[in-house]
Formats: sequence, C-alpha cells, structure tokens
Amino acid sequence: MSIERRQFLAWGAVAVAGAALAPGFRLVELALARSPQEAASVLQRWGMLIDITRCIDCDVCVTACHEENGVSGHGRPATDPQWIRKVDLRDRHTGHAQTLPLMCQHCADPPCVDVCPTGASFRRDDGIVLVDKHTCIGCRYCVLACPYGARSFVHEATSGQKADVPRGKGTVESCTLCVHRVDRDETPACVEACNLDGGKAMAFGDLNDPSAEIYRRLRAEPSSQIRADLALDTGVRYQGL
Amino acid sequence: MIRIVIGVLAAAFAVVAHSDAAAPRVSRVPQPEVKIERGGVCVAPTAEMRRDHMKMLDHQRDRTVRSGLRESRFSLKNCVDCHASGATGSVLGNDGFCSSCHAYASVKIDCFECHSPLRQGKVAGAPR
Repeated sequence: MSIERRQFLAWGAVAVAGAALAPGFRLVELALARSPQEAASVLQRWGMLIDITRCIDCDVCVTACHEENGVSGHGRPATDPQWIRKVDLRDRHTGHAQTLPLMCQHCADPPCVDVCPTGASFRRDDGIVLVDKHTCIGCRYCVLACPYGARSFVHEATSGQKADVPRGKGTVESCTLCVHRVDRDETPACVEACNLDGGKAMAFGDLNDPSAEIYRRLRAEPSSQIRADLALDTGVRYQGL
Repeated sequence: MIRIVIGVLAAAFAVVAHSDAAAPRVSRVPQPEVKIERGGVCVAPTAEMRRDHMKMLDHQRDRTVRSGLRESRFSLKNCVDCHASGATGSVLGNDGFCSSCHAYASVKIDCFECHSPLRQGKVAGAPR
C-alpha cells in the first residue's frame, strides 16, 4: 500500500516538474486565448502587415469591413463614414501604378489621442487605438489631427447597428482593428476577406510575439510605414511601397 | 379619567395611522406597466436592479471599452438578450422592457441611439 502511495507521489512530482520545465507551452496557450475576464495586456501589440505587391484591384477588404461593422452610407460620399479605403498611387514619371488599403494605422504615439479634449480617443493597452463614444463630444479635432485621414464623423442618425459595433450620430469613428473579433481570438474582417477572396496581401498578428508569423516576417523582410517621418510607430506596416 | 380618555384616543390614532400606512399605494398612484416576459432570477435582486441598473451598465461599459473585459454578466447585450420582447425582439417600443418604464419616469435613455435594442438570437441565455 505504501509503495503504491509513494509511486503515486512520484508521478505527481514528475508531472509538477514537467509543468515547471515547460512553461513556454502554457504561456503560448494563454496568449492564444484571452478569457473575457482578462484585460488587454501591454505585453501584446496588435498590428498588420500589408504586402502591396500582392494587393490586386479589388475592394473585398472594404466591403468586408463595412459589412462586419455595419457601416453604411447615405449615398453621399463627401460625408459618409469610411473605415477603410483603397488608395491608388501612380508614379508621375514612370507611370508605375500601385493600389493599397488605408485605414487607422494604430500608432504607438497617436496624434488623435494627443488632441482629444475629453479623453475619448485612447490607445488600449494592446495597441489598438479606439474612440470611447460614451465620452466623445464630436469636436472632430482627431479627424484633423490624423495624418492618414482615417477618422470619420457620423453626421446622420444610424439604425441597424451590429450588436458588437455600436455606432451613433455625433461621434467620431474609425477602424477598430475589429476589436470585438480580436477579443474573441479572431482576425479582423478585412484580413480574413483578403486571404479568402482577395490577393492574400494582408496579415494580422501580435508584433511582440516571436512565435507569430508577422513578427518573423517584419524581422526578416523589409517593410515601411506611411509617413515614417512623423515617427508615430504605426501598428500597420506595408511592404513593396 | 383623563388618563383613560388619552389612552383611548392614542390607541384609536395608532390604529388609523397603521391602516393608512398599510393601504396599498397602487390604488392612489399610477404604476408603470413593465412586461417581464421571462421571470426568475436577474443578475441582482429586483429592488437593487431598479435602483442601480444604470450604475452597473456604466461600470461595465468602461471595463469593456477601455480594458477589453467582455464579461457577460452586466453587459448590455446580456440584458437585451434576456429582456427583449418575444413579439418584437426589442427592448424598445410601447411595451418594451426599457422604454415602458423610462416613459413612465420621463427619463430619456440614449443607449439605443448607438447600441442595438434587438435580441441576438440567443433566447435561452440566463443571467450568468
């Protein structure tokens, strides 16, 4: 009897030692699935890598974004909200044309947060830049401050909002990096659509996680930031620009 | 003799006062008609919910928006899923759970200027 008990204790000790010796596995597990009771962490920095050489002449990212977030216009392009848009570039001398998706770049030092008078514009601990619409007064300073023109003002009453994406008249909004999907451990709608129906140009991941593909690619391959001269340390990076 | 009279008067007054306090206020004051389709246990006792539901929602909204904590217990989505009308699937409208009481109290709610007042399919979701 006592031998069995001793053997049992030994197995227990081996199991405990195993768990202590392989903490990496446990950490990876935790990093993959954040529970609803766990706050966004500074250990993570969500970001995107967009390979423009693979970006084709389509707009599935724009359609998917606006579908996912319930962003609908009133047929008035000048004032309708826009969370992501396709930008066409053409070299005047050579005629070389490129197209790329442009949205909130989720800067580490966001100018929109600096200018917000109420603290509504904020950067979440994991690097996602958001508008807290409960405190937004609609002054639109952030719209002017953003060098990427990424923010929109909701001019008209909205209806048919998605349950996960509240939107309303009188507030400013922009790309949330699909924060409701990221919190469920999914990728943003634009990335998913691009890899499904588009040119497979977009990748999403944790810029701080050495095991993430985006981390490896950013480390090994050349990439650039739009308006790098502003030193905003953007979370969205481009290749082939 | 005077003591007896005072005693009788005091007893009579006490009986009248008691009956007045016990009279149901419902008969004198119009009450809001709140349709509770799914009775049972909410996330807190009814009296506390009536008094403090806005504080719970305020607290939870900051936790969710600012910190990414998406606990369902005090989330607006969870409230709507449980309290939305069976007929319209909404907490607004004439008989809506939120709007009927707020119309009575004359307190304007602007939650649903941005948030969806519709149940998101899940009917069986009890308070968690």
